[in-house]
Formats: sequence, structure tokens, C-alpha cells
Amino acid sequence: MLAWTIYLSFAGALACLLTPRANPRATRAMAFSTALAGLVCGLIGAVEFKPENGLEVITNVRWIPALGIDFSLAADGISVTLVLLTGIAAVAGVLFSWNIEHRTNEFFAFFFALIGGVYGVFLSLDLFLLFVFYEIAIVPKYFLIAIWGSTRRDYAAMKLALYSFIGSGMVLIGMLAAYAVSGLASFDLQTLAQHSFAPEFQRWAFPLVFVGFAILAGMWPFHTWAPTGHSAAPTAASMLLAGVVMKLGAYGCLRVAMTLFPEGLKMWQHELAALAVTGIVYGALVALVQKDFKFVIGYSSVSHMGFVLLGLVTLNEIGWSGAVLQMFSHGVIAGLLFGVVGRMVYDRAHTRELDALEGMGLARKMPFAAVTFVIAGFASMGMPGFSGFIAELQVLIGAWQAFPRLAIIAGVGIVIGVVYTLKTTAKVFFPDNAIAVESLDDHEHDHPLEPISVQERLGAALLILCTVLIGLHPRLLLDLIVPSFKSPLFDGLRKVAGL
Amino acid sequence: MNGLPLISILTFLPLVGAALVFGVDRERRQLARGVTLAVNILALAVVAALWANTNPGEGGMQFAERHVWIPTLGIEYHVGLDGLGLVMLMLAALVIPMAVLASDKIQENVSLYCGLFLFLQGGLFGAFTALNFFHWFLFWELSLIPAFFLIKLWGGPQRSDAALQFFVYTMVGSIALLLAFLALFLATGTFDFLKLAELARTKALGPAVEAKFAWLGWGAGKAYLVLFIGALLGFAVKVPLWPFHTWLPLTYSEAPSPVSMALTGVMSKLGVYGFVRLLLPIFPEPMQALLTPLLWLAVATIVLSAFAALAQRDLKRILAYSSINHLGYCLLGVFAAASATGTALDRTAALNGVVLQMFNHGITASLLFCFVAFLEDRSNGARGLEDFGGLRKVAPVFCGLMGLALFSSLGLPGLNGFIGEFLIFKGVFPLVPWAAVLALPGLLVTANFILTVIQKVWCGPLNEKWARFPDLTYNEGAVVFPATLLMFVLGVWPQFIIAVINPTVAHWVRQLPF
Repeated sequence: MLAWTIYLSFAGALACLLTPRANPRATRAMAFSTALAGLVCGLIGAVEFKPENGLEVITNVRWIPALGIDFSLAADGISVTLVLLTGIAAVAGVLFSWNIEHRTNEFFAFFFALIGGVYGVFLSLDLFLLFVFYEIAIVPKYFLIAIWGSTRRDYAAMKLALYSFIGSGMVLIGMLAAYAVSGLASFDLQTLAQHSFAPEFQRWAFPLVFVGFAILAGMWPFHTWAPTGHSAAPTAASMLLAGVVMKLGAYGCLRVAMTLFPEGLKMWQHELAALAVTGIVYGALVALVQKDFKFVIGYSSVSHMGFVLLGLVTLNEIGWSGAVLQMFSHGVIAGLLFGVVGRMVYDRAHTRELDALEGMGLARKMPFAAVTFVIAGFASMGMPGFSGFIAELQVLIGAWQAFPRLAIIAGVGIVIGVVYTLKTTAKVFFPDNAIAVESLDDHEHDHPLEPISVQERLGAALLILCTVLIGLHPRLLLDLIVPSFKSPLFDGLRKVAGL
Repeated sequence: MNGLPLISILTFLPLVGAALVFGVDRERRQLARGVTLAVNILALAVVAALWANTNPGEGGMQFAERHVWIPTLGIEYHVGLDGLGLVMLMLAALVIPMAVLASDKIQENVSLYCGLFLFLQGGLFGAFTALNFFHWFLFWELSLIPAFFLIKLWGGPQRSDAALQFFVYTMVGSIALLLAFLALFLATGTFDFLKLAELARTKALGPAVEAKFAWLGWGAGKAYLVLFIGALLGFAVKVPLWPFHTWLPLTYSEAPSPVSMALTGVMSKLGVYGFVRLLLPIFPEPMQALLTPLLWLAVATIVLSAFAALAQRDLKRILAYSSINHLGYCLLGVFAAASATGTALDRTAALNGVVLQMFNHGITASLLFCFVAFLEDRSNGARGLEDFGGLRKVAPVFCGLMGLALFSSLGLPGLNGFIGEFLIFKGVFPLVPWAAVLALPGLLVTANFILTVIQKVWCGPLNEKWARFPDLTYNEGAVVFPATLLMFVLGVWPQFIIAVINPTVAHWVRQLPF
């Protein structure tokens, strides 16, 4: 069932492309059904999935036997979690792009090509196949930003593409080296993970692959593509970029770099943790001084992805499960934040300058956007009751175990997160100059903002539901995630971690 | 009665009510207020039912509910009540409706305002009954959100700064607290307060923490101490303990007065509650190790805030500092109970005093802010000490009732404020005589600034500006009447509360490892 998410998305991309350009309604209907079908497949797959079985192979077809490349798909609880996230982000993304009128059919074709690639990465068992899907996901991103983007879109699209290709170049070298050194003539992840590479090899191969993937996860200091990319991208693309594409990087770190080269992780653990925590604090500090609404969210993504990376390198199960949960949680919350900022606010107010938005009295003109952003903001700052809290809580427990001092610094990062979220919320939606707003209100009576559409409400409701549901009942995902680390794929990692 | 999950019903009742009230059209103000009060009254009825069915003889947890929640993280839905929890629930159930009733002047977006108050009440009920750290922290943080918006949206001219400061200070403390408890979880595998307290009682908690963090090389006893300081920070900000109090005067004076009632009446008690429920039982040894500096901080809190109150010229700021001062006695009592020498009897007296003082201060301080709200309604927001004068001639009832509350705050025997402070000093004096002696000047200065208020506002020649100052209306009288009555009842017959809390306190003292 899970594999269908990939096929359906690519088919949907093609179908969207074939819908007539003059009829965006048909394209939207097509896009929505594709996204929904993907989510439903993911949900059915998740319900049918038995987490205690570990890694479950879905298909395994010989592809290029001479090189040991198979078309093999497999899922464990981690993949299922991220497939669900992708499904949710796709549905919400379509709902938030309902107002795309310019080349609608192509927009959704690129959109689903990206989604299909993402599903593919999360489900690939074959390293080569994973890499192919990974590259497929990069290309549409470029076009989505370059064609439908806003502020400095050419620059942002190019920067994003270059960073991505540098990252995948590093991954490719590491991957081929692993293939060659192992001498197993196989790209199968499980086979390669069973092989113990020489420590000297791991010492350089691990950071190469890990950092290659981590670039896409927004690891400091290779994060600079993220805020510019997020800001320039159209809303749905920002939602996907922050929501799922950054997770591709983190997933690659966990699935490829860490399982293949566990010893390497042990060697570089402290350096990488320091980078992750720097990202947490630095991202939060920079978000504090941004003047552009989308940049605030962009940097907050860097900060929150820092928690994912920190959780991954703790080398204990609670940290890992926290990291995976944080991937899901951040995907949902960042999607929601970008939905409010990009779609609800920017498409109506036509500015993202915080100072300009301050004078608009947005809370009165669109209370729905204000309430949604307040909820998303509290979720993002890690309030208990939302998914972010339970994720960061586990990462912090893991970090206490591995690097107590860094755990404390990460705590400081959370506090800064509270400050910038509150300040931004207060500035945009609840400014103090109520009188000035009053007069502006009269002045602008002729141009009331377009009301929030049903699609936006549905999209926001879906994402809020997910973050609250997981926040209050995290077992829905934890019961999937936690058993995954028992599968043979993680044997090497568990051994190194002493578990 | 016993089959019903009363605590869960109580916790979720205001939250459901809040959702209902949020949905009320913002123009239908009376409907929003009516629904809110109805929910408040229902909540009060549930608390009364709990009170009536409680069995104080044991002193342990009653009405416990326990369900699996997140087993991999040792998180359970675990709630229960002892005497302290019951008294705090009663306080929250009394103060919140009083604050809602005192909010007649709020006309803008009433449904949101009332809904936030209900939300706050639900958060408080949850926090006072939770016995698992995760569950407790959820409600502790949840109660911050409505308080933030109540200050931010309805406060005075500096409301943005006040709301932000309030939130961020509390968050800094909360994160320190969170990190400390995560480390405890790592060392023990549990978030359950009772289990952690049991480990502390058998002196197993310290070594477990040391073992987990031994590789840091901090030295014997240090890791446990560091965690204690982290947890302490969370509550020290909330109560507050000097020098972590700087957020409070601005917040209390900028918040609308009904919100200040809730803040000082109940939310500050969350902090003291933390000291009594979490710090003393879970960290008894570190508390004892740091006893002298902690007592000094408590003494500084008491004395300095009294002097600061004396120097203020704004009624709300005076009350804000007076709140710090009064809760300082609670902290003095808690710290003294951790003293190495002393009898169980003295500890029991001090802790009984602490719980009584929590309740009494909640009633009295919210009553005082309520009177200030009425005063502000009449004076267009003026509330400076020098703005009034001789008002007793034109508003005798107002003067008489507010005077009573002020005297209760001063600690006049016969009113409720006296008995708590008396028991605290009775307990602290034999435990740590020097701290009791040093804190005494606080009492004198308190008397001084309270009498100043009475003198400047009510006595002296009538300020002609207020010649038409209206006296208390019947409606206002009805709002303050129950609390005023309670002040007398508690002052004369404190037994009905002591009967509930004494078994619990005696139980705690038996649980202490020294």
C-alpha cells in the first residue's frame, strides 16, 4: 500500500500537467485528489504496518543486476511516520495553493514530482534508488521557486540548487566509496549496514555523507540556503521545503550516514552536537532580529532542525525517537506557520515587512489568521500539549545523557525561541498602537482584505489537528518509531551506542 | 460519588466551558459572562463535593486516577488530591469567579476575555492535581497562555512589555525546571512525584543522580545540587523569591485589576505549591545543604519588598510588593522546615502556616485588587496614593470593607491573615531563630505601608475632586461579601481548614528524611 504513494504522486504529476492550462479548476481538483489519495494510502499503510516486524520489504525487483542495483522499497516505523508527514504536507500544500492562477497545471506537476520524489526517498531500501529519488526531489524545487517565487527568487532558487547539489555530490562520493570498499557489489542498505567498514574509512566517509545530507536539513553553518529559499518560494513550496525537504536531509543522515558508518558517528559525535546546538541558538538569535516575516520563520526552521540533528547524534534511543518525532512535528508546525505567513498574510497584505504589517490591524481584519498563528506560534515554541514539546523533550533527555552542557545551551535556545515567537506574534497581530490602527481602518474601508477561504481553513485545521493530536497522544507515532530502532538495520548503531 | 472521576471532570469542565464561551458572539456580553459564571459555579460545586468527600485522616493522596499515557517515557495520567491540593482548588474556584464578577468595566471582546479566564481556571485545576511531571508541566505552561493574553490585550499602557516580561521570565524558570526534571527522569526512569519523593525519602535519589552524571566529575553531591538549583529557579521566578521578582511589579500594575486578582490570588500560589509539593519532598537534602543562603533570600524577600512597598506611590504597585512580602513568609516557612535541627512539631507548625498563608493571602490579596478595581472604575484609572484623601466621609462602606481587607493583610488577630503568619513564626522560631528575628522587621514595615494607604486614601481632609465619589453598590458588595465573610470565619475559626491540611502536613513531615 505504501508504495502506491510514490506511483500515485508521479501519475498525479503527469495528470496535472495534462489538464488544460485554461481550466485551473480541473487541475486543482486533480491535485487535491492526488494529494488525498497519497495521504489515504499512507494512512492505510500505517494502520496495516506492524512496527514490531522492523523493516518490512515492500517490493524488490532486479533493476541493474550488473551493478547490484535493485528497485527495492521497504518501510519501518520511521519511514511510515515520514510518509504520513509527506501526505499531510501535500494535502495542506494543495489547499494553501488554491489561489495559484499562473500556469496552474505546471505548478502542480512540479509539486507532485517533488512529493513523489520525497515519498520515494522515505521508502527506498536501495541506496542508488534513494539517491535517484533524492535528486528527483531537488529539480522541481528549483522551478517552483524560480517561476512562482517572490523576493529575489532567481538568487534563492540558484542558491538552493547549488547547496543541494554540493550536498548530494558529497553523498554520492561517500556512497560510491562505501560500495567499492565493502566489495559486496550491492547497494542494498541492509547488506551494506551489516558490513563493518574500517574505522579509518569511517572517519572520513561518515562526515562526508552526514554533512552532505545535513546541508539539506539546514545544519549550521550550511543553513544559509534555507531562509532565503523559504522566503522566496511560493507558499506551498515553503511548506514543502520546511515541512518535508529538510526532513529528507535529516532522514538521509539517520538512514544512510549513521547506519552505514556508526563508528564514524562516535568519532564525530561531539563536533556535530556542537554544530547542532549552535544552529539551535544561532537560528533563534537571528530570527529575533529579522524584519521580514518569512525570514523569522525561515530561521526558526534552522533552529528547530537543530533539535533533530542534536537528537540524531546523541547515540541513544530516546534521542533518536525524539529526533524522528521532531521531524514530523516541525514538518507540521512549519507548514502551518508558512501557510499563515505566505498565504493568509502575504497574499492579502502584499508585504512581509514586520513594521508595515504592524500598522494593519490584522487581528481585527482576519481573526482566523491571528488565531491560527497564535496556535502555531505556541506549538513552535514548544508549549506542552503540542507535538513539538514531546519531541524536544525526548531530544533533551537524550542530550542530557550524552552531553549535559549542550543540553543546557539548547534550553537557552528554547527560551530565545519563546521571545522571538511572542514578539513577532505581538507585533504583527496585536500591536500596541490601537488608535493608529483605528484611523487606518477607516481609511482602508474601501479595500477590505479578501476573507479567508474554506481551503485555507481546512488546511490550517488539518495541521493544527495533527500537532495537537500528537502532542496529547504521542503514542500514535511513538509506537511506530521506537520499535524501528530494534531492526537489524540499526544493529551496528546500537552496538556502537552500547545499547 | 466515589466512582466518578471527579478530578478529571473538574479539570476539563472549565476547558470545555472556555471553548463554549470563545464561540459566543463578541457583542453578546451578558451571555458570555453568564455562561462563564455558570461554569465557575459548577466548578465550585465539584470542589465542594471533593471537600465534602475527602477523608483527612490519612493525609495521603485521594480521589486518585491513573491511566497509561506514554509508557516509553514513564508518563502517566496520574492525578490525586491531598489537603494542600484541595485547599488550592478551593482557592482557584473562589478567586476566578470573583475576578470575572469584578470585570464589569471590560466591554471589549468579552467572550474572549471570559473564555481566557475559564482556560486559566482549567490550567490551575490541572496543575494543582497533577502527580506526574509531564502532566503537571502541561497545565503549568497552559495557564501561562491565557494570563499572557489577558495582560497583553486588556492591560494598561505598558501592557506589551509587562506581558512579554511575565511570559519570558516564567519561561526561563520553566525551562530550567524542565531540564532538571528530565535529568531526574534519566537517572530514575520516572516522572511521578510520589515515586521521586519516595526515592528521596529513602535517600536513593541523590546517589542515582550522582551515578548518572558521575562522568562529569562535578564531585560528590554536586549533580543533585545543580538539579535542585535548576528546579528552584522555576519556582523562585513564579512566587517570586528575591532577586527573581523584577518582573512582578510591572506585570501586576499593568494587568487589568481582575487579572491581577487571579495572578496574585492563584497563579503566585503555583510557585509556592511547587516549593511544597516538588522541592521539599524531592530535594530535601540539597535544600538542607543550601539552607542558609535560601533563608537569607527569603528574609531579603520579606524585608526588602516591605520597604519597596513603602516607597511606592501607586496602589497596585504597593499591593504587588506586598504580595511578594507575604509570600516571602511562605518560603521562609518551607525553607525552615528543611532545617537540620528541630522537632517534627515545629516543622508541622511551619508548614501548616505556609498552607494557611497561601490560602489566606489568596483571598485577601485578590480582595484588595478587587477593591482597587472598583476604585479605578470611579476615578477613571487614577490610583496614585496622593490622588485621593478623606474618602471615608463620602464612601463609608467602601472604606470600611477595604479597610478590613487591609487589616487582614497586615495580620490583625481575629482576621485570616494573622493565623498563617503566626503559625509560620511559631514554627520557624525554634527551627532557625535568627531567620525569624531578621524577618520580623518585615512585619513592622508592612504595618507601616498599610496604615499609610489607609491614611492617605481614606482619612484626612476630603479631596474636593472626589466629593461625589459613589459608595460601594449592592452589586459590588455582593462580589466582595463572600470573601469578606471568609476572612472573618478563617480568622476566628481556622480549624475548618486546618482540619483538612494538618493530616497532610503531618504526613509530609513524616516523609522527610531528617
